[in-house]
Amino acid sequence: MELVSKRFADTAVLFPQGRIDHATAEQFKAALAPYLATAAGRDPVVIDMTGVEYISSVGLRVLMLASKQAKAQGCALAVCGLQAVVREIFEISRFNLVLQVFPSLREALAALSTEALAAFGAA
Amino acid sequence: MLVRFWGTRGSIPVAMTSAEVKRKLVTALVAAAGRGLDTPGKARAFVEQELDFSVSHTFGGNSSCVQIETGGPDYVLCDLGSGARVFGNNVLATGGPSGHRFHVFMSHLHWDHIMGFPFFMPAYLPGNHVRIYGCHDTLEEAFRRQNAAPSFPVDFSRMNAQIEFIRLEPERDYDLAGLRVRAKRQHHGGDSYGYRLEYDGKVVVYSTDSEHKQDDPEEVKAFVEFFREADLVIFDAQYSLADAVSVKEDWGHSSNVVGVEMCQLARAQRLCLYHHEPIFDDERIATLLAETRRLEEITRGDHRVEVQAAYDGLEITL
Repeated sequence: MELVSKRFADTAVLFPQGRIDHATAEQFKAALAPYLATAAGRDPVVIDMTGVEYISSVGLRVLMLASKQAKAQGCALAVCGLQAVVREIFEISRFNLVLQVFPSLREALAALSTEALAAFGAA
Repeated sequence: MLVRFWGTRGSIPVAMTSAEVKRKLVTALVAAAGRGLDTPGKARAFVEQELDFSVSHTFGGNSSCVQIETGGPDYVLCDLGSGARVFGNNVLATGGPSGHRFHVFMSHLHWDHIMGFPFFMPAYLPGNHVRIYGCHDTLEEAFRRQNAAPSFPVDFSRMNAQIEFIRLEPERDYDLAGLRVRAKRQHHGGDSYGYRLEYDGKVVVYSTDSEHKQDDPEEVKAFVEFFREADLVIFDAQYSLADAVSVKEDWGHSSNVVGVEMCQLARAQRLCLYHHEPIFDDERIATLLAETRRLEEITRGDHRVEVQAAYDGLEITL
């Protein structure tokens, strides 16, 4: 899985695509790793899920591990832009209660970094 | 084949509180207002047909015990949690005091799965025969110990039925009690074992107290094969997925989400949520069931999995 990324000021925004399931979760995990590694400087990370049509338990576990790693490094991690099905999966699995979830990228940036929000607004 | 649930609660038996009973009554009475339910028949029909299950029933509070009925003369059980007490009393009430043979497949020996045995009356009566199967080398010791002082006043030696303990090896097929039986080791503290039970072309998988490490493809594949095209998968769904992979990781239980995924991958016919979280009341379990059905619906491919939640007294005919 290739992960498109953008940077808004101090914040890395990642855009996974397609299905994150047993077949692709390891790729997703590997694709996330470099961004989490460089987030040690406490830069926030946002995963924009607008392009994700399905996520299975193993994909959710990758998000949980990413969240734990981010927390240990002292940086914020949030997800946003869930499609309707993915949003329901988050709710049924209770991941909406353990991850920071925002309706849109703008709202995620507003919560995590005023600099990033300004950069997003100017883009 | 008929599967009858005598105990469905996880970890520890629970009882409905008076507050919960009152809440059900209030809900039912409000729903019945103006309905002219002036005969028992009308009231019963209203209760059975119009009230939600969580209002008119309870999922129950006995710990793990499931009966597999094949029509043969012997009784077949999975686990001897507190539900076994009710089962044993029912056997005596309907079949008399002796002449019964029981085959019990033990998932593991944690207390909630064996605690019904000291209260399993057929075991005290001569002329009955209890065969307890399991994969743990401490199988017999665990049963004898819980009947010993200071934990219990009646020693195991005073159980007058013929009681046998039979060690099984996992990943091996056995023909027992008319069933083809295969055990599989599962992730749980001290290990647990699931059972795939086949009879006359029907397959029941009893898989409780099992944590599924979804990040290990080989393990996923092995469990999918174990569940393969089962008519019924009785599945430990005690935790939410979020809890199971975070604060309760390595606590040895699984979730409704993983249950749906595994049954979809295995093309099982029916998923039965089991080993309910003891802090959940009936409304919470009903919500869990509704959410799980919804999850199955929105993630369904070309194969539909029917989703149920076990309750004490549930019977499923296959």
